[in-house]
Amino acid sequence: MAIIEVHQLAKHYQVFRKNAGWSASITGLFHREYHTVRAVKEVGFQIERGEMVAFLGPNGAGKTTTLKLLSGLIYPTSGTATVLGYIPWQRCNAYRKRFALVMGQKNQLWWDLPAQESFILHREIYDIEPVPFQRRLDELTDLLEVRQLIKQPVRELSLGERMRMELIASLLHSPEVLLLDEPTIGLDVVSQRKVQGFLRHYQAEQQMTVLLTSHYMKDVEALCRRAIIINEGEIKHDGPLADIVDRFSSVKQIHLQFAGNEIPVDLERYGKVIDQVPPRVKLEVPRQELPTILAALLDRYAIEDVGVQERPLEDAIAQLFSQKSSDQ
Amino acid sequence: MTRMTSTMRVKWCILRTSIEERLVYRADFAFATLVRFLPIVTQVFLWGAVYDATGPDDTKVINGYTFGDMVAYSLLVMVSRAFSSMPGLTTGIARDIRDGAVKKFLIQPIDLLDYLFWHRVAHKLVYYAVAFFPFVFVFWLCRDYFHAWPDSITFAGGLVSLLLAFVVGFLIESLMGLCAFWFLEVSSLVFVYMMLSYFLSGHMLPLDWLPEPYARGIQLLPFKYLAFVPAGILLGKYDHAQLMIELLQGFLWVIVLFALNRLALSRGLRRYSAYGG
Repeated sequence: MAIIEVHQLAKHYQVFRKNAGWSASITGLFHREYHTVRAVKEVGFQIERGEMVAFLGPNGAGKTTTLKLLSGLIYPTSGTATVLGYIPWQRCNAYRKRFALVMGQKNQLWWDLPAQESFILHREIYDIEPVPFQRRLDELTDLLEVRQLIKQPVRELSLGERMRMELIASLLHSPEVLLLDEPTIGLDVVSQRKVQGFLRHYQAEQQMTVLLTSHYMKDVEALCRRAIIINEGEIKHDGPLADIVDRFSSVKQIHLQFAGNEIPVDLERYGKVIDQVPPRVKLEVPRQELPTILAALLDRYAIEDVGVQERPLEDAIAQLFSQKSSDQ
Repeated sequence: MTRMTSTMRVKWCILRTSIEERLVYRADFAFATLVRFLPIVTQVFLWGAVYDATGPDDTKVINGYTFGDMVAYSLLVMVSRAFSSMPGLTTGIARDIRDGAVKKFLIQPIDLLDYLFWHRVAHKLVYYAVAFFPFVFVFWLCRDYFHAWPDSITFAGGLVSLLLAFVVGFLIESLMGLCAFWFLEVSSLVFVYMMLSYFLSGHMLPLDWLPEPYARGIQLLPFKYLAFVPAGILLGKYDHAQLMIELLQGFLWVIVLFALNRLALSRGLRRYSAYGG
């Protein structure tokens, strides 16, 4: 049975449109022009228990609005959605005790107090027994390597440390569904990897259902097998992540290392040179012509090393977004 | 029973955590607490000047109040306002709505108004704990202006009216804060409210100084519970029957304001757009 079911879900906003300048400001006192933004347009998808799904799209695509709908923060304009059998925007406590939403780094923690105080408040709010609470807190603080920081005021923590505390606060009540909106945004590489590694481990262990939005493709590749791609409020792809490269990337990359310190000057006839640091070159070639071009290169030049790679996921997704936008 | 215990534990935990939060900025808190005594000094000088201007006689009476009565009234109004004023409540709610911080109350099994109420109770408890001795000292200095200690029923009624002042003050200011679901910015509303409540609560002048029919109209509003009623009860201006009527009317206002808060919250959340990412 699907844990998250979304049918024909739409959310439209009325947005005030104002021109620049004094006269527009004064006119705006008496008459305002509104236009309708269709943030989410009749989307539909299902997510099974224990799945970790990437929810991708450019800025303004409708990702965060969809997460807000699924967490019950806002009401839809039309359509239906159920999570764990509940309608999110009815905001019943039984549902709120079974899911968590992580959105940004200043969400649930008391800014001036140590995170420990917020965790104790969460224990009472979510009615968690003291023994399992302490066990879970110890486990989470160890996994995220912040045990020694929980007695320090939140405002004195770094961004990465705060994000990890937010994750702990969200997971203390063992939610069955976790909605993650850009969990690694603004973090340094070390913190990104810690959060990523933790999510992978914890999700596999707890069999949580996770819907993750991220612009950081390393997160997506490391954590998710399935991706839903949304753009301009509509779903453009729903399927295995690997299919995105196959479906939307018509090129492959050849990485060459030539003998000696020089690179040939006529490589453009074989494909597009996307990077060159002599004696190494990266060529992008049409997928179906790869065997012919590779054979010709090996035949004609003295090559010491060769490798063939798929186009990076972010490139494929970026192309997908730009194609779809220009199509419209 | 278990559910009730759990609910009480949440309230207690909010109260305890809020008290801890309040004690973080010690210097600012102590300064703000002590500075609040300054207006009473200026008011005593002001009323002294007013009564002096009307004649040299110490027993001069204006609208039924001697100079001593006015000082006693001003002191009790100060105590009442310590219960009913809610600094930062309205603007805090509006800010949370505007920048999206209110969303934590929508995703967690916790009620926004309940949380705000206990948070405010915590602030007040810490304030009274720090301000108690300065209050006692000021009242001791002005002890000659009070005629007699009120009888036990009047004193109990006075304590109840102070609690009413707190609840009415909280509900009026939270209601204004919830208006931010529609207006986003409520600072003008707060400004107008502060001006009006200074007058309509009896903070500026005793409400029984006002001529009819204005006095009768103003007495029908909830603002008198913020200052005039508690001060009047503790000064012995109401007999027991009038006291009960005033308290009953105050409870009715609490019910009305509570219902309006609930309505505003439920309607506001329907149009909420979860700003701020």
